[in-house]
Amino acid sequence: MNHLRGIYTIWYRDILRFWHDKMRMVGSIVVPLIFLFIFGSGLSSSMGFGNSGIDYTQFIFPGIIGMTVLMNSFMSGVSVVWDREFGFLKEVLVAPVSRTSVAIGKTLGSTTIAMLQGFLIILFAPIIGVSFSVSTLLAIIPLMLLLAISMSSMGILLATRIKSMQAFQVIIQMLMFPMIFLSGVFFPVEGLPVWMNVLVKINPATYAIAPIRQVMLGTTADSSLGVTVLGHTMSLWDNVAVVVVFGIVMTVLSMWSFNHQD
Amino acid sequence: MNVIEVVELSKKFKRLVAVDKVSFKVKEGEIFGFLGPNGAGKTTTINILCTLLKPTSGQAFVNGFDVVRQQNRVRRQIGLVFQDPSLDEKLSGIQNLNFHAMIYNVPVSVRKQRIEQMLRMVELWDRRNSFVETYSGGMKRRLELARGLLHRPKVLFLDEPTLGLDPQTRNRIWEYIIEMCRQEGTTIFLTTHYMDEAEKAGRIAIIDNGKIVAIDTPRKLKRIIGQDIISVKTENNAKATEEIRLRFQIEARDDGGGLTFNVDNGEEFLPEFIKGLGTKILSVNLRRPSLDDVFLKLTGREIRDEESKDYKSIAHHSGMRRH
Repeated sequence: MNHLRGIYTIWYRDILRFWHDKMRMVGSIVVPLIFLFIFGSGLSSSMGFGNSGIDYTQFIFPGIIGMTVLMNSFMSGVSVVWDREFGFLKEVLVAPVSRTSVAIGKTLGSTTIAMLQGFLIILFAPIIGVSFSVSTLLAIIPLMLLLAISMSSMGILLATRIKSMQAFQVIIQMLMFPMIFLSGVFFPVEGLPVWMNVLVKINPATYAIAPIRQVMLGTTADSSLGVTVLGHTMSLWDNVAVVVVFGIVMTVLSMWSFNHQD
Repeated sequence: MNVIEVVELSKKFKRLVAVDKVSFKVKEGEIFGFLGPNGAGKTTTINILCTLLKPTSGQAFVNGFDVVRQQNRVRRQIGLVFQDPSLDEKLSGIQNLNFHAMIYNVPVSVRKQRIEQMLRMVELWDRRNSFVETYSGGMKRRLELARGLLHRPKVLFLDEPTLGLDPQTRNRIWEYIIEMCRQEGTTIFLTTHYMDEAEKAGRIAIIDNGKIVAIDTPRKLKRIIGQDIISVKTENNAKATEEIRLRFQIEARDDGGGLTFNVDNGEEFLPEFIKGLGTKILSVNLRRPSLDDVFLKLTGREIRDEESKDYKSIAHHSGMRRH
């Protein structure tokens, strides 16, 4: 009971803050939308996918949803560093709730926010000519959720180790943008130069973006839009399994780290 | 009954010994002052008592609970006002208190009423819906006080509660603290390096370099000095020192600007002194011993010497003390 109350309180505060911050609500989907419409429109004519009937904007749309979720959940770490900087973290750390509950509450708070942002992007589907059924949408939600929880945990893990806001911003930029650009958001991940192929395949985000795209666009795993690792074609469940393992590792590490910070 | 018991408590940071085998007890309902210069170990001790830091050795109990092994129990007994603000500036005053009430499990049935009572006490009820970022420094402090008492803690820790605030606000804050303490019967554990604030404590521990050098009521501590203090400025301090030694058999200290010495009965001594001294006197001052003098006597330096960042309030503080 005590744990649930702690988790709920931490979560509730994050949502409340988000609700107050209308600028952030709009701001955090602007970047993905810029990518979607500028890259989408600019590159549509020169990038084709054979006779698959998918244009470039439609191709990147699922990726952009994943990117939005990834960016916003990763930012959970920022809020921890921010709380430390403004002193509020102390109020939380001396409260009679376990550190684990605090870490879970934080993870769920940014997961919720990232999901909301993801949904806002999905609303643009009709504009770019992507249509899908309700059941497809229901299948995408758990995939988004998985990505959001994993990345939130990773953000919190980093925030417990990197104490200054400046350093954290730098690390975020250094990690987040490569993770996004090398995850197949903007181009298919097959037939790349070797060095890039290696980076893409060790990037956990790759395995989160691929299934979202497969489900949303109804492509098959062995199409040119799929992922193969060491000659093995990753099925939907293979991809999900990779993200689940990554998510569990990050969650456990973030909780451990939150319990062992001073 | 002792609300706080500290036994041989030490904390080392790498090579630095911040707290060095400190022992003391705080009785229920008292205002206990922890007095010392910056870096003496005051905040470290508080952080250990409120479970934010683990001690290197020794033990500490709050309301009978061990601060290392029963962290959650301890946390439920205490309220805190930190040296630095710890509010969520992006939430309103009432939302900050509501968060606190939720996380400390203040029963829902009394939550609203408690929050209103606290906000009215610190006179922030009218501003309850404004974001904290629009509050002044003093208002933030008052909100933190209200928050610290919201869950009816046994002990309220105040770590330099008025640092950086203007004198008027400091006085107001103290009115609230004493009022709250009276109404709620809360034990107050206070750290400060303002002497006039320390005077408000029932008992004071003077801490220097991580060690407690004295612990007693302010009145008894001042008896260590005993005598009245005379400060005098003359045209020729060296000559005056010599003269005081010969005529009155008193050893005066030259503290740079003038001479200082102690006498038993200052009021009667002073007229005789002024008449008797051959060197021309520029100014003379008689005062009763203060905690400043106690600190100087016990540690060999002035508490204010340690401080540099907060110059304005010191200047004011010493001004208040002298008249």
